[in-house]
Amino acid sequence: MLLIHCPYCEEERPEIEFRHAGEAHLVRSSDIATQGELEFAAYLYLRQNPKGVVAERWRHIHGCGRFFNAIRDTVSDRILTTYKAGEPMPDLDSVLANAENTAPSGKPLMQPVASKSKA
Amino acid sequence: MRKFSIFAVAREAMRGHKGWEKQWTSPEPKSEYDVIIIGAGGHGLATAYYLAKEHGITNVAVLEKGWLGGGNTGRNTTIIRSNYLYDESAGIYDHAVKLWEGLSQDLNYNVMYSPRGVMMLAHNVHDVQVLKRHVHANRLNGIDNEWLTPEEAKDYCPPLNISQTARYPVVGASLQRRGGTARHDAVAWGYARGASDRGVHIIQNCEVTGIRRSPTGAVTGVETTQGFIGARKVGVVAAGHTSVLMQMAGVRMPLESYPLQALVSEPVKPAFPCVVMSNTVHAYISQSDKGELVIGAGTDQYTSYSQTGGLHIINHTLDAICEMFPVFTRMKMMRSWGGIVDVTPDRSPILARTPVPGLYVNCGWGTGGFKATPGSGHVFAHTIARDEPHPINAPFTLDRFRTGRLIDEAAAAAVAH
Repeated sequence: MLLIHCPYCEEERPEIEFRHAGEAHLVRSSDIATQGELEFAAYLYLRQNPKGVVAERWRHIHGCGRFFNAIRDTVSDRILTTYKAGEPMPDLDSVLANAENTAPSGKPLMQPVASKSKA
Repeated sequence: MRKFSIFAVAREAMRGHKGWEKQWTSPEPKSEYDVIIIGAGGHGLATAYYLAKEHGITNVAVLEKGWLGGGNTGRNTTIIRSNYLYDESAGIYDHAVKLWEGLSQDLNYNVMYSPRGVMMLAHNVHDVQVLKRHVHANRLNGIDNEWLTPEEAKDYCPPLNISQTARYPVVGASLQRRGGTARHDAVAWGYARGASDRGVHIIQNCEVTGIRRSPTGAVTGVETTQGFIGARKVGVVAAGHTSVLMQMAGVRMPLESYPLQALVSEPVKPAFPCVVMSNTVHAYISQSDKGELVIGAGTDQYTSYSQTGGLHIINHTLDAICEMFPVFTRMKMMRSWGGIVDVTPDRSPILARTPVPGLYVNCGWGTGGFKATPGSGHVFAHTIARDEPHPINAPFTLDRFRTGRLIDEAAAAAVAH
């Protein structure tokens, strides 16, 4: 079972409190009447389904009830970060670079304090 | 290839069993083949076998990144049935059941097909309506399926608890008597043996890393960890990894890959005569010939390639098993594992040509592909050999997600998706 960091509650909670809600950042056309069927089929059905880093939606259904997004590695199931709905997708390179400062739930860990030289 | 027979067994018994030969060869890859199949699971090997047997195309390579039959073919719960709702599904799954019936003779390899009956339980009014609708639809399609009362269900499967005070009481069941199980490894081995005997090259530990295309867009071959191998026709039969492979050819797929788990108990004497599935309480169970209870759990809710799943999924299934079969409450579970299944939006498979000339795909079997292995390989071989679908797989196109002609088997497997 995954531990997931809800960016609204700012807490790590077990996966059974959450509902997975598919690939994130899929945008429905504002004008589907003029959209071709290939484009609509792509929006409705085609998925990246990557082996590696995915951006996906989750809903904290047994908590705050709100939708948010997560960046997760689908090979290790490690969550690299979570962020609120509506926020832009974070830059993947910096997310990966910051992985060691993040718990497997996506919770940010405290930054290591730079060691001070003793007076 | 020497045939298996009672005389062969007797001869080898006299010679200390020193004369058995390897069942398939492990050749070095050639620089070019007529057809390359990516994935040496049951479906891929069956495709190669029928390409050679039915269509005379023997210059074929089956490429496998791991070992033969080591993916979902070796991880499933071996259930065979064809009691699907829609005509298209009934067509393809019953085609497979008909091939299962003669498969051991056809392959000269015992796949241990055992039509012991598949019973699906109803626990509430909705289940009754859905299962009765399936019974009627199946009978119209010439597929055996019958409705049982709780007492009749218990007669057929004595360990079943039909107490009406259960949390989810059994209020009826449907039974397909031709359904049952087969030995999953033997299916892969039998097809591998039959294909290899006809000249097909099975190349293990050979991962495809790219699909090469000509300037016109047509497939010219595949890049692998053992170098480039040319072919004008490439069939992708890679289950959970289909999206990854199709991406190499620039094709996005209507697929999502989920972990699906199964587990087995310690082996016990024969105690369970059939296959029982329950959609509502979410469990399916049978007993293998070794004596282990083989139990299927559900998929995890998130996409993953980890080949492992959450323990709470298994726990939920065991809760249901213990309530339906109180006799098993003190059984010890021995092993659990996960496989990655590729699920389509309408829960029906895709066996079709793709927008890339020379590239074919057989995928989307989701949580229930094992039962279809012979039928899938048979019609997919036809599709590759003739460059047009067999009438049975003609509806299972990639294009149906554009046209909207879906085959919406929401209840395709006895697990919630």
